[in-house]
Amino acid sequence: MSEPVIELLEVSKTYRSGSLEVTALRGVTLRIDEGEFVAIMGPSGSGKSTLMHILGCLDVPTEGTFLLSGEDVMTMDEEELADARNRRVGFVFQQFNLLPELTASRNVELPLLYAGVPRELRREYAARALARVGLADRAAHRPGELSGGQQQRVAVARALVGDPSLILADEPTGNLDSVATDDILDLFDELHRAGRTVVLITHESEVAARAQRVIRLRDGAIVDDAERAA
Amino acid sequence: MNWLETVRTGLQAVRTHRLRSGLTVLGILIGIATVVLSVGLGEGASSTVKSQIAALGSNLLIVSPGSSTTAGTGVRGGLGSASTLTLEDASALQSKVAAPDIAAVAPTKTTSDVLTNGATTWTTSIVGTTASWAKVRARTLASGRFLADADNATAAAVTVLGPTTASELFGRADAVGQSVTINAIPFQVVGVLASAGSNSSSNLDDEAVVPMSTLTARLSSASSTDSVSTIYLAATSGSTISAAYQEAAALLDARHRITLPANADFSITAQDSLLSTASTVSRTLTVLLGGIAALSLLVGGIGVMNIMLVSVTERTREIGLRKALGATPRVIRRQFLVEASVLGLVGGLGGAGLGILGAIVLPHFISDAITISPSAVVGALVVAVAIGIVFGVYPAGRASRLAPIDALRSD
Repeated sequence: MSEPVIELLEVSKTYRSGSLEVTALRGVTLRIDEGEFVAIMGPSGSGKSTLMHILGCLDVPTEGTFLLSGEDVMTMDEEELADARNRRVGFVFQQFNLLPELTASRNVELPLLYAGVPRELRREYAARALARVGLADRAAHRPGELSGGQQQRVAVARALVGDPSLILADEPTGNLDSVATDDILDLFDELHRAGRTVVLITHESEVAARAQRVIRLRDGAIVDDAERAA
Repeated sequence: MNWLETVRTGLQAVRTHRLRSGLTVLGILIGIATVVLSVGLGEGASSTVKSQIAALGSNLLIVSPGSSTTAGTGVRGGLGSASTLTLEDASALQSKVAAPDIAAVAPTKTTSDVLTNGATTWTTSIVGTTASWAKVRARTLASGRFLADADNATAAAVTVLGPTTASELFGRADAVGQSVTINAIPFQVVGVLASAGSNSSSNLDDEAVVPMSTLTARLSSASSTDSVSTIYLAATSGSTISAAYQEAAALLDARHRITLPANADFSITAQDSLLSTASTVSRTLTVLLGGIAALSLLVGGIGVMNIMLVSVTERTREIGLRKALGATPRVIRRQFLVEASVLGLVGGLGGAGLGILGAIVLPHFISDAITISPSAVVGALVVAVAIGIVFGVYPAGRASRLAPIDALRSD
């Protein structure tokens, strides 16, 4: 339980738009270990989205060091970043981001497709991941035929299927009603109990309350990092 | 991700956007169909011209009289207006010593007259010539026999009719053995020629062939009975045409006492020079039509690029998601290239099919022949796929360069 999945050391991120420089993160140092369930909170503009992009290898820091499962992300090129996202990170988005023309099963298969897993194995893993989120009977449905909560479950299955080091959820309940929200949060709880590392970005404290550790950001810096008693 | 998976993903995207893909394909399809049809038209025209020229006779050289100069005024008439060629010239050309590469010689003299069979009359050209005419002009007989040397020796009143002439005068009945009256002289029809079609200047199937001596003595009012209008020569083979040309020119120069070729009172045309002129013309036609078709292909290609760019913009979110899930820029680029080339291929196949269909159906409505060459069809297909790829490169590059966060953020 003590292997670090994420190690950030003095990480800063500066965006440049025209002549204006915007500093989204200033000197963030953070370590998240395997098996942790962490919520990152903060008002809009606090830098939590930027942090999420960096943790998900969608963007690279301007300064500092970032090790993801011991691998230095700072020196990676585009291909290597894509590979790191593929193997290390499972994304769950607020908008679900499922491809509407593909069935649930095919959507879940996508990360395996880019990992080069043969077709038969992909089918098998996707079926297993869908069963894991309780949607084994919806494998052949397209996203349009599923409820919001079910769509987000498919997205969670897609995040799980490649067995990543980290599940990164960006406002996963932002588009769901309270029943579906509880449903998805229960699913994250379950994954956490099964030993998964889950990082959840949210601005809702009732969502953050499910996590074991809450990190609060303000103006691009960590202002609070509290371990909750289980 | 291997190529098979990339192709599968690309096909999936094409299927998903059916209407858009269909419209894009239509642009390429029309372009390719135009290429296949216009090249087919050009080649059809070219082969028609070639077969018409070949119908004139194999290894043929045509000797025509030169221009005449009216005494006193010095006005020069057109080529062929002089009657400088004679029967003696023709028999001199038959010499195996002076002209070994000339296989046969057929002097001809042409007039026009009315042919009568009872109440039926028909005006046509009367060709006076010798027995070798059929060989030199590469004509065969549908029935009966051709003129013999004996017919010329006796100035016999016999004639061989062209197929059109025979059917105009005798209908479906066999003309051979019947009698036809020309200039109040009854001629016996001894043979009917097989059809040779028509060329631009004359109908080869509508003529009456009579012995030269008969024409001169009994049909023509011309004063110089010795002169002929054209001498047809057959070279011994296709490869000896130019040798035969040289021999004929040298022999006639000597006989007409011509020292400067520019002053020659005759001209010799070779079949192959006609052929090369005609094929140059039809090649120009093919290039012109092909050029127009190529333009329409270019328009189709720009259509592909346009649609692919729209597709990239519209699918920004999808591209971002695929990248977030681990698709490398190379994989994204390939996916879009595959999509573009699938559009090209489908358009190419459809266009080739439409072109071939057009080549089968169109000749029923227009008089021109359309020849579909397999190489043109294969070439058009290759071009169609190439267009898809070439015009897909830029949109695919744009898709591959999209940053995943920007792509995911767009709504």
